[in-house]
Amino acid sequence: MQFLQLVISGISQGCIYGLIALGFVLIYKATETVSFAQGELMMLGAFCALALMTLLGFPFWLAVISAIAAMALFGIVLERLVIRPILGQPAFSIVMLTIGIGYVARGAITMIPGIGTETHTLPVPYKDMIWNVGALVLNVEQMAVIGTTAVLCLLLFAMFRYSKLGIAMQASSQNQLAAYYMGIPVKRLNGLVWGLAAAVAAVAGLLLAPITFVHANMGFIGLKAFPAAVVGGFGSLPGAIVGGLIIGIVESLSGFYLPDGFKDTAAYIVVLIMLMVKPNGLFGETLRKKV
Amino acid sequence: MRFIFKTDYGQDIQLAKHGGHVFWYGALMLLLLAAPWLFPEYWLAQLTFVLIYSIVGLGLMLLAGFTGLFSIGHAAFLGVGAYTQAVLTNMGWPFPLALLCAGLLSAAVGVIVGLPALRVKGIYLGIATLSFGFIVEEVLARWESVTGGNAGIQVKPPQLGGWKMDSGMEFYFLCLVIAVLATLAILNLLRSSTGRAFVAIRDSEISAQSMGIHLARYKTLSFALSAALAGVGGALYAHKLQFISPDQFNILQSIDLLLMVVIGGLGSVHGAFLGAIFLISMPQLISLSKDHLPDVIGQAPGLQAVVYGAVLIGFVLFEPLGLYGRWLKVRTWFQLFPFYRKGLFKRQKSFQKSDRLR
Repeated sequence: MQFLQLVISGISQGCIYGLIALGFVLIYKATETVSFAQGELMMLGAFCALALMTLLGFPFWLAVISAIAAMALFGIVLERLVIRPILGQPAFSIVMLTIGIGYVARGAITMIPGIGTETHTLPVPYKDMIWNVGALVLNVEQMAVIGTTAVLCLLLFAMFRYSKLGIAMQASSQNQLAAYYMGIPVKRLNGLVWGLAAAVAAVAGLLLAPITFVHANMGFIGLKAFPAAVVGGFGSLPGAIVGGLIIGIVESLSGFYLPDGFKDTAAYIVVLIMLMVKPNGLFGETLRKKV
Repeated sequence: MRFIFKTDYGQDIQLAKHGGHVFWYGALMLLLLAAPWLFPEYWLAQLTFVLIYSIVGLGLMLLAGFTGLFSIGHAAFLGVGAYTQAVLTNMGWPFPLALLCAGLLSAAVGVIVGLPALRVKGIYLGIATLSFGFIVEEVLARWESVTGGNAGIQVKPPQLGGWKMDSGMEFYFLCLVIAVLATLAILNLLRSSTGRAFVAIRDSEISAQSMGIHLARYKTLSFALSAALAGVGGALYAHKLQFISPDQFNILQSIDLLLMVVIGGLGSVHGAFLGAIFLISMPQLISLSKDHLPDVIGQAPGLQAVVYGAVLIGFVLFEPLGLYGRWLKVRTWFQLFPFYRKGLFKRQKSFQKSDRLR
């Protein structure tokens, strides 16, 4: 029972990693760049919802929806202003650029007097509720994470499978030039992908907020999502979620069964092993370049 | 305007291309030698930090700027060097021997990290080094019998024979000597066949391989050399601070190091020094400007992060060659005086070079 309990809490933590990793993968597939600012986008989303709820007095659901929409818009604007001018440059410069964005976001939040340096709790309606299922004690906050992630994955799956927009995104992620020739507005799609990634990050932030707290440094959890993305295969959307779950469960189990210190490094040990054994990840596609 | 006609191969790889180089670098050297008598104690300490970071920067520049492999966990090598030095000198080892061990141990660790680097590329390598950095930080914090854990460890001033270098000036000269030696070593390495092999790997792995360059060997070598320099820098850093703890070698430090080489100018030896100067002087400039800003901005704790991030974004967008690139433009403007064209350094727009398809 102890084991099952640990697995469930691992799954809920893993869902957060998975959602952030989903953002990496979306951006990586569309624009071949890796955003190191994904954790900070998540932090901004949580702060946005917090501001809407406590300062403007929005009801919970309205605040959640407007925070997600605001972050999506923010992602689109960010892509247009900062990322697009340097597309086509080596991946390294874009990595540095997103690190810079992360710095600015973290610093800007810290600079808000009275709010930035404190930790806050997001007032959610399901705070501190507990379900008892047999001998298991289920935390509603964790269940909300798992449930929302599942729903979000279904929505994304449906979008990529059935909607014109999703299919266009897939096409442009497979071969941008060919997509251009087919009349797909690749540049606008790139903006939308950044918006989508920011929205997913905001969802992750809102789900994480009740479990930990809302503070300026909560974005560092994004660094744990890199292992998730790599374990699943950097270019694969289901891989991101599966990778997140694996990292979450490994972390939760190693925190209990292994000596101190392994909990924090478990994710990184897993990713190093993965890179040595199967560098493309579990779901990674192998593509070959023809010379 | 100066015209240099190259008539043989030896001229192409000379260290000093013309008399101007000898003159200006000689003048710089004299200035650095006279620095303890010219500058107050505090400035000298900052200059020492610049030299230490330059040594680390040279190492990272070799890896990121010349071999094209980037490491987001470079502070780990710094940490390995610093802790080796601290533990060995506390055991009573003489300074040069401890420094050698710090460099060698870091290099050995660099080889271990370099091994997975043979199989993975681009962002995967970044994540591998990032993971490695976290693991080293955790090891430093947990291996309490050796490292003292989170409580940190005291470091004694360096000792050469019976001569104890505990004044700022003596330590400054020590750092200066090591920095000059490191620079000469890197410059000479870069004009040797090994250095050209590194640059070839950066420019195109496929063509480097078809020219007969053993990719695995050279990539591992690059990691080892870079880590060794970082280790030496870390050892000096430990002596300078006289106290080290694991949180000085965390991910933020690694990112600072990367920021240093990118802002300095990737792919130039000057860049390592310019970046170090930038990294050390930036907090000073910010604290100077604090008095002139309104309190809401000036006293806010996040100001430094915002400025760092904004400067980094600005450089990547507008001056990808970094500070050295800016200097190059100014110099070229003077050299070509009436004929300077605006588009001389314009980047070639390339459409989405793929990292996936390799």
